[in-house]
Amino acid sequence: MLKFIIKRILSIIPTLFIVAAIAFFLIRLVPGDPAVMLVGDLQDAEILEEVRIRMGLYEPIYVQFLIWLGNILQGDFGTSIMTGEAVLPALMDRFLVTAQIVLLSVSVAMIIAIPLGMLAAWKQNSSTDFLITSVIILSLSLPSFWVGIMLILYFGVTLEWLPTVGYATLSEGFWLHMSYLVLPVSSLVLGEMATITRMMRSSTIETLRLEYITHARAKGIKESIVLRRHAFKNSFAPSLTVLGLILGHLLGGAAVTETVFSLPGLGRFMVESIYARDYPVVQGAMLLIAGIYVFVNLIIDLLYPIFDPRVKL
Amino acid sequence: MSLNKSYWLFSRYNAFVGFILIILLLIMAVVGAIYTPYDPLKLDFHARLQSPSLSHFFGTDQLGRDVFSRILSATSVTATISILTVLFASTLGTVIGAISGYIGGRLDRIIMILMDALLAFPGILLALGIMAVIGPNKYGIVVALGLSYLPGVVRVIRGTVFSIKEKEYIEASVVTGNSEIYTILRHIIPNCFTPLTVISSAMLGGVLLSESALSFLGLGVPPPAPTWGGMLADGRQFMDIAPWLSIFPGMAISFALLGINLFGDALRDKLDPRMNQL
Repeated sequence: MLKFIIKRILSIIPTLFIVAAIAFFLIRLVPGDPAVMLVGDLQDAEILEEVRIRMGLYEPIYVQFLIWLGNILQGDFGTSIMTGEAVLPALMDRFLVTAQIVLLSVSVAMIIAIPLGMLAAWKQNSSTDFLITSVIILSLSLPSFWVGIMLILYFGVTLEWLPTVGYATLSEGFWLHMSYLVLPVSSLVLGEMATITRMMRSSTIETLRLEYITHARAKGIKESIVLRRHAFKNSFAPSLTVLGLILGHLLGGAAVTETVFSLPGLGRFMVESIYARDYPVVQGAMLLIAGIYVFVNLIIDLLYPIFDPRVKL
Repeated sequence: MSLNKSYWLFSRYNAFVGFILIILLLIMAVVGAIYTPYDPLKLDFHARLQSPSLSHFFGTDQLGRDVFSRILSATSVTATISILTVLFASTLGTVIGAISGYIGGRLDRIIMILMDALLAFPGILLALGIMAVIGPNKYGIVVALGLSYLPGVVRVIRGTVFSIKEKEYIEASVVTGNSEIYTILRHIIPNCFTPLTVISSAMLGGVLLSESALSFLGLGVPPPAPTWGGMLADGRQFMDIAPWLSIFPGMAISFALLGINLFGDALRDKLDPRMNQL
């Protein structure tokens, strides 16, 4: 057990190393002199030369990579070309907004999806099941950014109930803060809900066929308790893996949602930096998101046996 | 039995709808490449932001371009890119997966670590990074998205090859003196066809969605070529006075996805009986 945990934790090291290498060499593929990119070509030759030496551009490329990696490990992600700020603190500020939206939408999606998926499975092949399955298929076909635009169009422009774009921090008031989050979170919930419902449905169908469920029913336990106490835990385990995928999907797709709603999150920051050719920020954002995703999956793998004790670590 | 029959009818019905939608999509893609009612790129400043009418079914945009023509034309752009991306990812993925699974050992471990690293970039993140470096470019998207979807194919093919490798007919092929390359091409790759079809059809929807998302962010096919995502992005500014600019391109994406998802599910049910009824 302990051996597995250690092995699983160590296994992320090569992954993270290659992720860092991809982020580093990808940005180095950008044509042009990295020193000119950093300070601009209007500077005189001496300053450029100094920057080149400071950046280690005369060292072999793998030495440059190792220097860069060393800095990253110490939390130095470089400085933004646009603002001159340190990249990591700027990224973390934006990440809080993204994390909030991601966590809120996943929680709401799970609260709706788990009972819905179990209901569909329990009533398998009935009209209720087909209705839920049809809603799943339809929801999976609606791109979240379009759903977002339609929500803005209806609730923001037509009804004028909610602010359409922008953001208010928590310090500006809780309800104001929430009013800016309702539409972005709703636009994400639909698709994620469909994914979790589908997974929950199929794993519950499998669980309900097992003998211990028949046994519980034969003992005369109420059906609602059979579902809640006996079937839920085993059925939820596979959904946990899907949860990891969804979190990744949300982190990776944050750029789109945040652009639709003009939210100051990590994804929009990355896209704006791409437009501005602010490569240290692009690199940092890629690394940070991929790093978080790797850790999320690690945690989920380690949590798995809690829900499904049959999985021996 | 009656329960199974109603399930059978339901899935048949879904498969049929999916099939019809895909055919429609393909017709739109072909027609969009050959003929559109108006030139999708032609500006007409006298006909700006007109609401849907008989002469412009889906209205016109802020530059007076006919939205219906642009959606038709965008269908062929998106269909071409999505199909090329799926072909790129499944071809490269099959080659790498077959080598990794057949040879195994250290090479397999190295390939899998590389694929895990690619998988660590969730969603369109890797594609965003690649597009940041090469800039908006039609064929750049094929590579950028293809690499994002590559690890999925490699994993499936590698797993399949692992199980096929142990079969007697592979041993027989090697014993009779066939080379390894011949054995891989003649006996292993053809047996990967079923899982490859299932994963390719599942991938197609994701690729189409990602392509639209990239275009929406302005990092897809460069303008003036019309794309569904790009049209949605342009329409956002005029949401209050010209909502049709935000409605129709999104509907096109949704119908395309619905067709692909329904058809993909039907294909998976047919080819992968283990998944049946789940």
